[in-house]
Amino acid sequence: MAEERFEPRIIGFLCNWCTYAAADTAGVSRMKQPPNIDIIRVMCSGRVDPTFVLKAFREGADGVLVAGCHPGDCHYTEGNYKTLRRMTLLRRMLEQFGIEPERLRLEWISSAEAPKWAQVAREFTEQIRALGPLNWKGTVLAGLPIAAEHVCPEVSE
Amino acid sequence: MVTLTINGQTLQAEEGQTILEVARRSGIEIPTLCYHPVLPPDGSCRLCTVEVLAGSRPGLQTACTYPVEEGLEVQTHSPRVVEARKVILGLLLSRTPNVPLIQDMAREYGITEPPFPTENPEEKCVLCGRCVRACHEMVKAGAINFANRGLDRRVGPPFMQKTRVCIGCGACTIVCPTGAIEIVLKQAAEYLAKPLGPTAAIYVPFPQAIPRVPVIDTDACIRFRQNDRTEGEISDACGACAMVCEAGAVNFEQQDEILDLDVGAIIVATGFERPNPAFLPQYSYGKHPDVLDSIEFERLSNAAGPTKGQILTSDGRVPKAIAFIHCVGSRDEHANRYCSRVCCMHAMKQAHIAKERTGADVYELYMDIRAFGKGYEEFYERVQREGVIFIRGRGAEVVQVGGKLVVKAEDTGIGRPLILPVDMVVLCTGMNPPHDADRVARLFGISRSADGFFMEDHPKLRPFQTATEGVFLAGTCQAPRDVPDTVAHAAAAASEALKLLSRGEVVISPQTAYIPAELCSGCRVCNALCPYNAISFDEERKVSVVNEALCKGCGTCVAACPSGIIVGKHFTDEQILVQIEALLGTPAA
Repeated sequence: MAEERFEPRIIGFLCNWCTYAAADTAGVSRMKQPPNIDIIRVMCSGRVDPTFVLKAFREGADGVLVAGCHPGDCHYTEGNYKTLRRMTLLRRMLEQFGIEPERLRLEWISSAEAPKWAQVAREFTEQIRALGPLNWKGTVLAGLPIAAEHVCPEVSE
Repeated sequence: MVTLTINGQTLQAEEGQTILEVARRSGIEIPTLCYHPVLPPDGSCRLCTVEVLAGSRPGLQTACTYPVEEGLEVQTHSPRVVEARKVILGLLLSRTPNVPLIQDMAREYGITEPPFPTENPEEKCVLCGRCVRACHEMVKAGAINFANRGLDRRVGPPFMQKTRVCIGCGACTIVCPTGAIEIVLKQAAEYLAKPLGPTAAIYVPFPQAIPRVPVIDTDACIRFRQNDRTEGEISDACGACAMVCEAGAVNFEQQDEILDLDVGAIIVATGFERPNPAFLPQYSYGKHPDVLDSIEFERLSNAAGPTKGQILTSDGRVPKAIAFIHCVGSRDEHANRYCSRVCCMHAMKQAHIAKERTGADVYELYMDIRAFGKGYEEFYERVQREGVIFIRGRGAEVVQVGGKLVVKAEDTGIGRPLILPVDMVVLCTGMNPPHDADRVARLFGISRSADGFFMEDHPKLRPFQTATEGVFLAGTCQAPRDVPDTVAHAAAAASEALKLLSRGEVVISPQTAYIPAELCSGCRVCNALCPYNAISFDEERKVSVVNEALCKGCGTCVAACPSGIIVGKHFTDEQILVQIEALLGTPAA
């Protein structure tokens, strides 16, 4: 019997207005997408505190997807610009912590782009599957508490 | 006021008026040629010659230049006058023997043959100088003038060469009484290519326009063009519309205004854009004048249109065969993939009109007939009974064969390619989202669906609401739809907006941010982050405060707070962290 395929666990933080709606439409339209992504709805991708990403990795996620409205189309005008800055910096930090930065992906998917959502979901799942499970114990963060305090202060404007 | 007598009739006139003006006003006919109501009188053609019996300058005088005076006595058709006019008309007819207007005027005075030798039978210019005065006094371009003297006198630009002083406005061609001037310019060709559009620079946009007032097309108006061209040096050109407007309503100073209004609800009804079928070159749109789109055909068949509702080809014939091509630019992977929802029915309506008015063979080349509305299927049957020929198969190409139009199509009913020689082709176009819909969408925080139209909040339950509270959609800006559907959609949006206004208060989302004052360090990092300026700094307490009426609950500040104390209500850190734990605590599916 062949070895069982690795099924990655992925947390998706989706903005309520664009990507969450896209994922909803993709589901209603019965588009083929893997079941590996568990979705947490936030009002804006700007709500995604880098702590959430680290928390997800610590709790056992192999990948984290943050997705929001296209730049310029943010329901809250500019929340996604903040996300872009935060996630860019966080990816750099992840590398220093010993986590492959590819495990964190940022995507802009508008509510009209259900096929893009399905595509990204398939692609990202395969990408994480190829990376294999995250070895949290091997990172410098192992053993540190995360939920209680912020490890990634806001970079000044 | 002065009192004068014309043909024994005692008349009152105002100081400064001319005999001609007073006579015309009182219904006394005096023939004219060089006179034009918006041009300064010249007295050059002499046709308006009248006999002044009593006045400061007795004798034969031109009525267009003679100002009225107290006790003036004038005869407009005395034997002396008639004799003089006969000579004048004889001379004019000898110069331009083949101009219908001169022929008609001469015939009225009993002259049917040129009494003097003719130099050039093709001559059309009577040297009245209307064009020269229009170019100098109205347009203020001064591109044309008289040259030479006596028999060699003629009108033209300096040295009869092309001149850049001419702005190509065409005013000279309009005032010319004999049609002697033709304008050959690229711009004129462009205007000629749109015969179904406005024909003057000032026009009422459409007969049912509200308010029913004319607008000035500043790109075509001579006054605006001269002003722009000379950067304000010539700012008083033309103004003919202002001269003839008795109400004095023409205002050239009017500017676009930007108004700031405080409103409680917004209905976006920005409509659709008419696609230009020229982007599908196989249909020869723009290459042959008898290939029209549906809006142009609508204009052509309109009783208030250029032909008063007669359906005629570009050369004025009644067409014997007309083809309507459905789905032009719709249901097409090279254009819009969606169905226009309207072109089946308007094609049938127009076919019905065409059949009724011309008796022509009318062909409808369709993919499917989508007659889904109330009474639509019945109308489809009626049009079939009237003899309109329905051919199932997409119109593939419109070509010109020896100046004639030929439609190539396939009749899928018999499985054969078809070639239809026709006199007119109507391309049934659909609806495009406006080209600047993205800017409007951004302004109001509306998202757009893949086809480019504005997206409703929910396709079934909130079909005219948007994701932005208080912003509603009406009509074709949301999706293509016909008139009854648009009316229903718009009425629903209006009543929803009124509901919001009459309630007088707004329910805001409880998803807002909250700063516990006792924990805030007053660092002010969050203040600059808020796109809604909902966070202010309380100088007294040295803490940041969220105005819950302004906060939209995005949570950007919550994620940014260095102390982690801002609470995003309903999306608190604890709630989200617990969600992460819960999701990952169970094995993935």
